[in-house]
Amino acid sequence: MIALLKRDLMLAIRAGGGFGLGLAFFLIVTVLVPFGVGPETALLAKIAPGILWIGALLACLLSLDRILALDWEDGSLDLLATAPLPMEGIVTIKALAHWITTGLPLVFAAPALGVLLSMPVDAYLWVVVSLALGTPALSVIGTFGAALTVGIKRGGLLMSLLVLPLYVPTLIFGAEVARRGAEGLAVQTPLLMLAGISAGVVALLPFASAAVLRINLR
Amino acid sequence: MSIWEYANPVKFIRTTDRLLPWFSWAALSCLAIGLIWGFFFTPDDFRQGSTVKIIYLHVPAALMAINAWLMMLVASLIWIVRRHHVSALAARAAAPVGAVMTVIALATGAIWGQPMWGTWWAWDPRLTSFLILFLFYLGYIALWSAIEDDDTAADLTSILCLVGSVFALLSRYAVLFWNQGLHQEATFSADKEQNIADVFWYPAVISMVGFALLFIALVFLRTQTEIRARRARALLARERTL
Repeated sequence: MIALLKRDLMLAIRAGGGFGLGLAFFLIVTVLVPFGVGPETALLAKIAPGILWIGALLACLLSLDRILALDWEDGSLDLLATAPLPMEGIVTIKALAHWITTGLPLVFAAPALGVLLSMPVDAYLWVVVSLALGTPALSVIGTFGAALTVGIKRGGLLMSLLVLPLYVPTLIFGAEVARRGAEGLAVQTPLLMLAGISAGVVALLPFASAAVLRINLR
Repeated sequence: MSIWEYANPVKFIRTTDRLLPWFSWAALSCLAIGLIWGFFFTPDDFRQGSTVKIIYLHVPAALMAINAWLMMLVASLIWIVRRHHVSALAARAAAPVGAVMTVIALATGAIWGQPMWGTWWAWDPRLTSFLILFLFYLGYIALWSAIEDDDTAADLTSILCLVGSVFALLSRYAVLFWNQGLHQEATFSADKEQNIADVFWYPAVISMVGFALLFIALVFLRTQTEIRARRARALLARERTL
């Protein structure tokens, strides 16, 4: 399992276009927002936490088809399926690798981009905390979507259609934590709900992803 | 004699062929009676005027939009557990019907909301969760049509339906947490003595029954079409190999 994780991380870093791309996309989305809504500081400060969450979500979505599609094309997924490793373990490792290469950098990049949006000081901590708690759920749900569409040529658009509705609860609670934090309100309830969603999704969804992958490899 | 007999496509088609005219005519007459009664022979509400009459479309459509998804969930479970093809095809047949019901509920709600709430759309929990339900229907239908192999498509969409149900419920309660509601609480529920005045209640019930019958008839018809289409494809494939 650790070997698989190392291999996926290596591939993501060395193959190019995987590691930095999500971050660059996150940056561009954030930069585009002031062009779209105007440069007023007060407005930007109000919507900054939500923008950061949407940007992180889209950056995650963009990199999902790299999780399984490449391995599917060159046949290494078939090899992995015959390896003495349960399919559930494989998809979990894949999701973990995706989180380390996409989700984690986003968490660290968010405060820097918050400066661009003149985010209020109180919000930084909660944006980072909510992203750190929420991005694992995004990766795991995304792996499910990637597993569903792995056999389809040019399934990227379909995958977005399938994955985005599944992201709704995570986004709601994550952005709610960030928003309440920014306004200095109590964040405990949405924070606990977000953590609950992440934990539940990490625990249960790999079974669905593995089942889907087995069907696709049949 | 058990319900699993109808897993045989021939038996299913024969039985539904016999039932279909009954269901269609019953649906038609229920809808005609319920809607005409509701639209023309009920008094106007003292505050909402005649706009209140849209509930004879809105409530049954919303009811069937949710129940169609439930029916798909049950059919998907049956497909996963017992692998009866008719069940998977019935789930596939129900999805577009459910999606249209969702659109009807959203559209009639918007038409009613414009004069009453002063807005076509509000990010109210109920409205939002219906919109999300519609997105789930779209994804489900798109996945069915994207995969060529029938059995793979049936397997994948059933799992999507199961996972989607959990997430749809989660979204429902997440949305409730996220914004305050403008929509009224449920007016009709089975465990109340009297929901609304009988003059409004009877036509509403009749049109709800009509929508349910219409849904059943459409699902029967569409499932038959799916079975026949699959049979035609199989025949064509056999001819090509000969």
